[in-house]
Amino acid sequence: MSTQSTGVKDVFTLNGGAPVEYRRVYVWEMPVRAYHWINAIALTLLCVTGFLIGHPFRTAYAPEAYQLYWFGWVRFIHFAAAYVYVFNFAARIYWGFVGNKYAKWNNFFPITKKQQKEIVEVLETDVLQVKMHGEISTGHNSLAAFIYFLTFLAFCFQTITGFALYSSMSNAWLPRMFKWIVPLMGGEFAVRFWHHLFLWFFVTFIIVHIYLSFYHDYIEGRGTISSIVGGWKFDRQSPEQMAAACKLLDSKDADKQK
Amino acid sequence: MGDTIWQSMQKKGYSRRDFLQFCSAAAVVAGLGKSGAAQVVSAFEKKEKPAVLWMHFQECTCCSESFIRASHPIVADALLDVLSLNYTETLMAASGFQAEKSLNDTIQNNKGKYIVLVEGAVPTKDGGVYCMVGGKTAESILQTVAADAAAIVAWGSCASNGCVQAAKPNPTGATPISKLVNKPVINVPGCPPIADVMMSVVTHLLVLGQVPELDNQGRPKEFYGRRVHDTCYRRANYDAGLFVESFDDENARKGYCLYKMGCKGPVTYNACSVVRWNEGTSYPIQSGHGCIGCSEAGFWDNGPLYQHLTSFPGFGIESTADTIGTAVGVATLAGVAAHAVVTNIRKRSVIAEVHAEDQKES
Repeated sequence: MSTQSTGVKDVFTLNGGAPVEYRRVYVWEMPVRAYHWINAIALTLLCVTGFLIGHPFRTAYAPEAYQLYWFGWVRFIHFAAAYVYVFNFAARIYWGFVGNKYAKWNNFFPITKKQQKEIVEVLETDVLQVKMHGEISTGHNSLAAFIYFLTFLAFCFQTITGFALYSSMSNAWLPRMFKWIVPLMGGEFAVRFWHHLFLWFFVTFIIVHIYLSFYHDYIEGRGTISSIVGGWKFDRQSPEQMAAACKLLDSKDADKQK
Repeated sequence: MGDTIWQSMQKKGYSRRDFLQFCSAAAVVAGLGKSGAAQVVSAFEKKEKPAVLWMHFQECTCCSESFIRASHPIVADALLDVLSLNYTETLMAASGFQAEKSLNDTIQNNKGKYIVLVEGAVPTKDGGVYCMVGGKTAESILQTVAADAAAIVAWGSCASNGCVQAAKPNPTGATPISKLVNKPVINVPGCPPIADVMMSVVTHLLVLGQVPELDNQGRPKEFYGRRVHDTCYRRANYDAGLFVESFDDENARKGYCLYKMGCKGPVTYNACSVVRWNEGTSYPIQSGHGCIGCSEAGFWDNGPLYQHLTSFPGFGIESTADTIGTAVGVATLAGVAAHAVVTNIRKRSVIAEVHAEDQKES
């Protein structure tokens, strides 16, 4: 209980006893939000229909084939959602070059020292929780951004293997461009296997992603969840002040442990 | 110069009528249609009787067995008659040194003109000792016969992609023909390939004197261009979502789709559902059993046969990608739940700070 009261007291000292002030930041622009939700819907559809294609359920009654087409529809939704998802992803890549600084492509590659330091910090603060206060990024934190980069790779892998499988059922130019993947991966057995296995990567990603969004919203209280609807997040006055506050709070934590 | 096909047929007592009948049938089998008969007649009147070497390496002779069951007996008989089948271990009368002499003579006298049909994979491990004929390794024999061949046909999955001999761990280093020779090889996979498909490929080589159009895996497009699934008569049941749930259930009796019984039709390129077997009588799916994908590379390693998704390597035979995926998914759920609990304990001061900011403002 004493820890908590110390924490509360510290907050009051942050702003010289005055209320902690926040500024509103427009983080996620409209195209980024649109990408997110189109992607969320398409991915959910792809996961559900993909699983069903692998494991069609038993029909409740047994009519003749001409009376039903449910499996055909499941496959149609899968293929249609796949196209939406691919072009939506292409649009997001474009926006990575023309969007604001939170949407820029370089967020997703941890090449600078600062980003690498932040990854370690996020691991310490949010995953392992050995540190109470870390620097809070306005946009993606560097670890999240790097994980998104890995998901982009998985997107590409699913797109390539998906179109390779689809190429045998289509005369469209796009899937046919991926026909060569099939012999390269050792036949359609293998392509199918890997395409199906990656479904579980997405399932896992969705679980972790949703959880962490709620986690950040809960622990930081600055509108993480609503930001993907309206685009706005809240920041303590300035990044410098925020960093100073973190430093202060952490030194208090360290003192306490002594 | 040797006899033309027409001359050799005359010598064997075939009439002009027989010859023309044969030409029409050959035109149809080679995919020229009946109107192509004139082209075939003209070719067979001029063309020298082609010398053929049918090599047997690591195989079970099921390709030969299939070949002699072609559904056009007139073509099959005549073909075996008109071909100079100069060497084939299983059918020739000669043996020992005589057989070897026949092989060498054929190569010497028909350089660049003879056709090589290969049945079986070639072992490459340990100097190729696992398959030797007449004291020579299969690989050295293949290199000798392939050097001056006009065309090479790989019969069956063994010669095309290694089949069961090349299945993990491939103890003999069984290797498909196309990986050993520096020439285009016509792959005719299947275990065995369909008799009429084999017949057609040979006829095509004979009549047109050229290799049929091949896909990127060296298979004749005409027969391997579509999946078994695309031409399956049970396909409507697939799209309707009507599946056999277990062998001999009511759905099986009704002839529903065998997808859930592990049918590999959706990933197998072959003409079974069009040409069918044994004079067009039936094919596996028609007999109530799923396709096992015998004409696809690595089908032995992509089992089990009664599961349409390959088992996950390194785990038990029944673990599919889904077993692993479900385990990972459940572990992740447990992980985030644990993290949520830990967060509320360890970070209670941080949570309190957030609430304190609110109290201060109000």
